[in-house]
Amino acid sequence: MPGLEDLYREIILDHYRSPRNRGELPSPPAHRVEGFNPLCGDEVVVSLDVADGQLRDIKLAGSGCSISQSSGSLMSAAVKGKPIDEVRELIRVFKTMMSVHEASLGDDRTTGAEDSPAEPEPVDVSKLGELAALQGVVKFPVRIKCATLSWNALTQGLDELASA
Amino acid sequence: MTVHDPIDVEVIRKDFPLLTRTVHDRPIVYLDSASSSLQPRQVLAAMDHYYETTHANVHRGVYATAEGATELYEGARRKVGRFIGAPDPKREIVFTKNATEALNLVANSWGRSNLAKGDVVVLTEMEHHANLVPWLMLAESIGLSLRYLPIDGQGRLDLSDLDRIVDGAKVVALSAMSNVLGTINPVPTIAEAAHRAGAVVVVDGAQSVPHLPTNVTTLGADFLAFSAHKMEGPTGIGVLWGRAELLAAMPPFLGGGGMILDVSLEGFTPAEPPWRFEAGTPPIAEAVGLAAAVDYLTGVGMEHIVAHERLITTYAIEALHERLGPDCTIFGPPPGGDRGGVLSLAYRDVHAHDLAQVLDQFGVCVRPGHHCAKPLMRKLGVTATARASIGLYNDERDIDTLIEGLNHVGTVFG
Repeated sequence: MPGLEDLYREIILDHYRSPRNRGELPSPPAHRVEGFNPLCGDEVVVSLDVADGQLRDIKLAGSGCSISQSSGSLMSAAVKGKPIDEVRELIRVFKTMMSVHEASLGDDRTTGAEDSPAEPEPVDVSKLGELAALQGVVKFPVRIKCATLSWNALTQGLDELASA
Repeated sequence: MTVHDPIDVEVIRKDFPLLTRTVHDRPIVYLDSASSSLQPRQVLAAMDHYYETTHANVHRGVYATAEGATELYEGARRKVGRFIGAPDPKREIVFTKNATEALNLVANSWGRSNLAKGDVVVLTEMEHHANLVPWLMLAESIGLSLRYLPIDGQGRLDLSDLDRIVDGAKVVALSAMSNVLGTINPVPTIAEAAHRAGAVVVVDGAQSVPHLPTNVTTLGADFLAFSAHKMEGPTGIGVLWGRAELLAAMPPFLGGGGMILDVSLEGFTPAEPPWRFEAGTPPIAEAVGLAAAVDYLTGVGMEHIVAHERLITTYAIEALHERLGPDCTIFGPPPGGDRGGVLSLAYRDVHAHDLAQVLDQFGVCVRPGHHCAKPLMRKLGVTATARASIGLYNDERDIDTLIEGLNHVGTVFG
């Protein structure tokens, strides 16, 4: 039986209490994306400053539960200043850890046969650093959407920028 | 002072099989009846018995079981009608999928044939999306003018401007009891003002019918919608009660088998109400289950249910205040005659989802979220609350466990 300690790890509570990269960037020039979880009313606003293939700055606003807020905070800390390729790769690894396979990710190179999504690849947690603390969320399926809320907004933002 | 509880909860609880299960090695504490109630074994047995002995489609066959099924289905209609004091139970009860579909039926069938561009529809700020979105959809389609009765600081409707707000309105649609605040609205007072203004009164009884004795005439309703699964019945069936003359003048909502008198390749003649509004094979077993639920509630006694739930609600509000102090906020009115057993809670600044997650570890089932009332949540200044709601099978121990869980929230989130 999963216990609360699997979910509310110390790193998660820390990022919940003191969220990093909180706020919004002036838009324009920054790109602004909103994400909603209609189930619980959580909302996130992700502001992205992308130039020369690099995510130069990111800020998050909005409100939500400890999982959605800490996941957003951890995400912002992990992707800020990174080349877009690396950000995309991190999103892919994170979403794999969350067992969420979405066609919209586009660059899911690991999915061989289209109709056999059963076995997710083993995740190299070392790539994730502090984000690995969110692993326990998988044991609470209802909360996965909380954990992926800002990641989906980030993906959407990068996609919009790529197709602009 | 000890107030006599007319219900022996220990006896009641034995009727509800789900209450015997454990969650995370703890006895389940079910505090989510506003979302969906539990079912007594009498309801489950009635549905099983129907499937095992009498199942057939209704209104079609001439063989014995088909006649038996039809009689059970129509018998359920009459029973439900009598339960809410319908003047003509046989003709005024329409079975739908749920209260939401019943309200959509009114907005579409009555609304589209009686409302035109610019007509005024009055709603309240505390409506569930089920009594809001159908009117918003209709407004988008034909151009209605929407007005709202506001709520005051204690979560009651502010009626100081009632006559002006309903003046010229064609419809006043409101919830008899809020699914977020527990407020029992003074429907008769509002209906009287609405009728003086010439409006039709649509009542969302999803929360009130399961917990309060209901009489459509004293309520002053022209339409009343509710769901079986919130009143100890099964999912998949709801009820629309409408005044016979209103239903008689309404066009069908959904088309198909069972709702026609005659069909040709050129057109159709609809059946009389209530069958006019029941296209396709209806939820027969569910109607049987709903009838059994009505028998169950009647057997316990709606007056007893009100008294018991008021005791537990008062105990809950007082105990939450006493034991948790300012850490816990309860939205809605203080204990009293207009206070139903729906407790929307906030604990410190911990998000409702986190509250519900910790409470789950104590076996406590509460509902986190916006409760399908986003405009009300905005008015309250929150995005979500954790809602504990009380049914006839709850007792003081359930509330004590809730508080034990909330105390642990404080430990986890420090």
